[in-house]
Amino acid sequence: MGHVSRARAFVADAERTRWHDQALWFVRAKRDAAADLVPDWEALRSEAAAIKREALERLPELWIEFEAQATRAGAVVHWARDAEEHNAIVARLLRERGVTRVVKSKSMLTEECGLNPHLERQGIEVVDTDLGERIVQLRSEPPSHIVMPAIHLRRGEVGETFARTMGAPEGLDDPDALTALARHDLRARFLAAEAGITGVNFAVAETGSLVVVSNEGNVDLGTALPKLHIACVGLEKIVPAKRDLPVLLRLLARSATGQAISAYTSHFRGASAGRELHVVIVDNGRSRLLAEPDFREALACIRCGACLNTCPVYRRSGGHSYGTVIPGPIGSVLEPARDLVAHAELPHACTLCGSCAEVCPVRIPLPQQLLAWRGVLAARGLHPRRRRLALRIAAEILSRPTALRLVGGLGRALARALPESLVEQLARPWTRERALPPLPAASFQTLWKRRQATARERGLPARSDAREGDGDAG
Amino acid sequence: MKVGLFIPCYVDQLRPEVGLAVVRLFERLGIAFEIPEAQTCCGQPFATAGEREQADRLGRRFDTIFSGYDVVVTPSGSCAAHVRRHGGDRSSDRIGGRGKGGTGQRTRELCEFLVETDALRGLAGRLPRRVGLHASCHALRDLRQGNPSESREPPRVEPVRALLGALEGIELVELARRDECCGFGGLFSIEQEAVSCRMGLDRIADHERAGAEIVTSSDVSCLLQLEGLARRRGSALVFRHVAELLADALAPDATAAEAADGSR
Ligand code: SF4
Repeated sequence: MGHVSRARAFVADAERTRWHDQALWFVRAKRDAAADLVPDWEALRSEAAAIKREALERLPELWIEFEAQATRAGAVVHWARDAEEHNAIVARLLRERGVTRVVKSKSMLTEECGLNPHLERQGIEVVDTDLGERIVQLRSEPPSHIVMPAIHLRRGEVGETFARTMGAPEGLDDPDALTALARHDLRARFLAAEAGITGVNFAVAETGSLVVVSNEGNVDLGTALPKLHIACVGLEKIVPAKRDLPVLLRLLARSATGQAISAYTSHFRGASAGRELHVVIVDNGRSRLLAEPDFREALACIRCGACLNTCPVYRRSGGHSYGTVIPGPIGSVLEPARDLVAHAELPHACTLCGSCAEVCPVRIPLPQQLLAWRGVLAARGLHPRRRRLALRIAAEILSRPTALRLVGGLGRALARALPESLVEQLARPWTRERALPPLPAASFQTLWKRRQATARERGLPARSDAREGDGDAG
Repeated sequence: MKVGLFIPCYVDQLRPEVGLAVVRLFERLGIAFEIPEAQTCCGQPFATAGEREQADRLGRRFDTIFSGYDVVVTPSGSCAAHVRRHGGDRSSDRIGGRGKGGTGQRTRELCEFLVETDALRGLAGRLPRRVGLHASCHALRDLRQGNPSESREPPRVEPVRALLGALEGIELVELARRDECCGFGGLFSIEQEAVSCRMGLDRIADHERAGAEIVTSSDVSCLLQLEGLARRRGSALVFRHVAELLADALAPDATAAEAADGSR
């Protein structure tokens, strides 16, 4: 099942679709308002775009610098070629220290690598500690959004989940009460944890430090209580210097949620006595993407989620419809790079309205990249046969004006002659929810020629009327 | 200045009255033009479908047909955007696409052309109706006709709004979402039919809530999408291309009522 059928299933619940669309549009509106308060928002975006592009240009040297600085500060740096290596490194670190209970703060990377199931198979309990992430974990669901993992759920559904998994009273749907319950449950897990795993927003080459932003304080709690902190970071998260952080941080929170700054911005550099900081740097296909001129800029992504919030398709199809770790426009660019055949529908889950490129804080040309993927799909023959054939025939017809006028005229004449219900049947799926347009008897070219002839006869400009000359199949 | 009119293939076949409205408008404004007979399609549907070869083939055809014109005007924001911005890099060709002096550089969307040439100077059209303007994504975000709601760039003239706003008696209604996509998107409207329709219905609801009587746009494809959905639901909204509204509003003998009825 691909995006098309899952999206259709989502849309079939009109009430949920309306509500999901409005919840995300609300976040988009908050982003707009936050952008209004920055004196030169567009210049800030350009600056961020330049920083991230420079970082991509200098990626290898920056990571070498990071490794040296981080090691000097007392962190241990590990390199993972792919998800498997990443999971093996993390599991080994935990096993060697006899860790069986881990708290994790949101990381799309560990989601991408499938770390939780890997650790659980080895008898290690992993608890996601962001509220949204915890909710989807309790439901055994993947996140549906990269910043708001449980945005697809309504309060009542969260209440049901808590009733089922935490013994909450039935019918509880008060957000404060639900949050208090989750907090209480998580507190014990924080205290019992022997290791904390976090994602990383920015790795700073100059200082060998890591920056993680969050809103719930769970990053700090999850790394301050246990003695072992494992930070998992994708190859694209490197930035050259400390001075780059203010630019990126100002944009990140505003683009993500409309906040001026996230509630917590945690900086980690090395480890103090008796504690350990391990940094696992993960490639998992990123260096391959870096070598693709059409797509490399997608690695500039700072995972703010703004492109998801503004995407009219994402808002009306839900994150799960994409069937990927990262949904929405950026997911539709990144995921086909992993498996083009599996995600062949994603570059087409888009009307090319261009809104995503306008909100992206690092100016990733998402619509152009989606278009580029469509070109790759065509070149590799991955579009459905029927579609290819139809387009080939259409191109042949459109290359010949006489053919267009003949086929168009016949088509319209036929459509006008046949019973409407039959025509609607033939024109499906266009007509499932749409009425057919009233078909004109004559094409513009025919009417234009007729108009000129009349004008010549009369020596006057003719009165035009598209509806004149019914019955003419021109 | 030699003006070539491009009436896109689907307008030619499905909405000839839009092409005729451009003709009426140009005649009224005293703009000389030609309509090359060989014209069909600029290649846009193939480009967005990912079929570059076919898009380029039609693009080259388009270039050849319009090579002799100083400016190519089309009543379609998305076709203009395609020719101008995505027409493939045919700069190696003599008259090539986006290259210097290529059709890409010489192509204008109708409203843009009218505003750039100040074609309506001194003419006061009249349209005493409540009109909802459906922004064409491609005119807005590709051609930068005006500032999209996401952008914080300095304000720019939005030609379609400027032209409509100058009509006497018109009320441009305030939408909750002034530039959200109608959901057409070429093949998207068929391949992602369910989401496409949801998007269109949401736009229609916005126009209805805002009290629009007529919905207009600089793109015929958006209007076909919205009109199909609205008609099926028996909505009272009337859908007319901006060329039709302008031609009617400026027609010397047109009474305001005739102008807006459209009797479609
Ligand atoms: S692509 Fe841009 S808008 Fe989308 S999540 Fe990444 S940084 Fe944010």
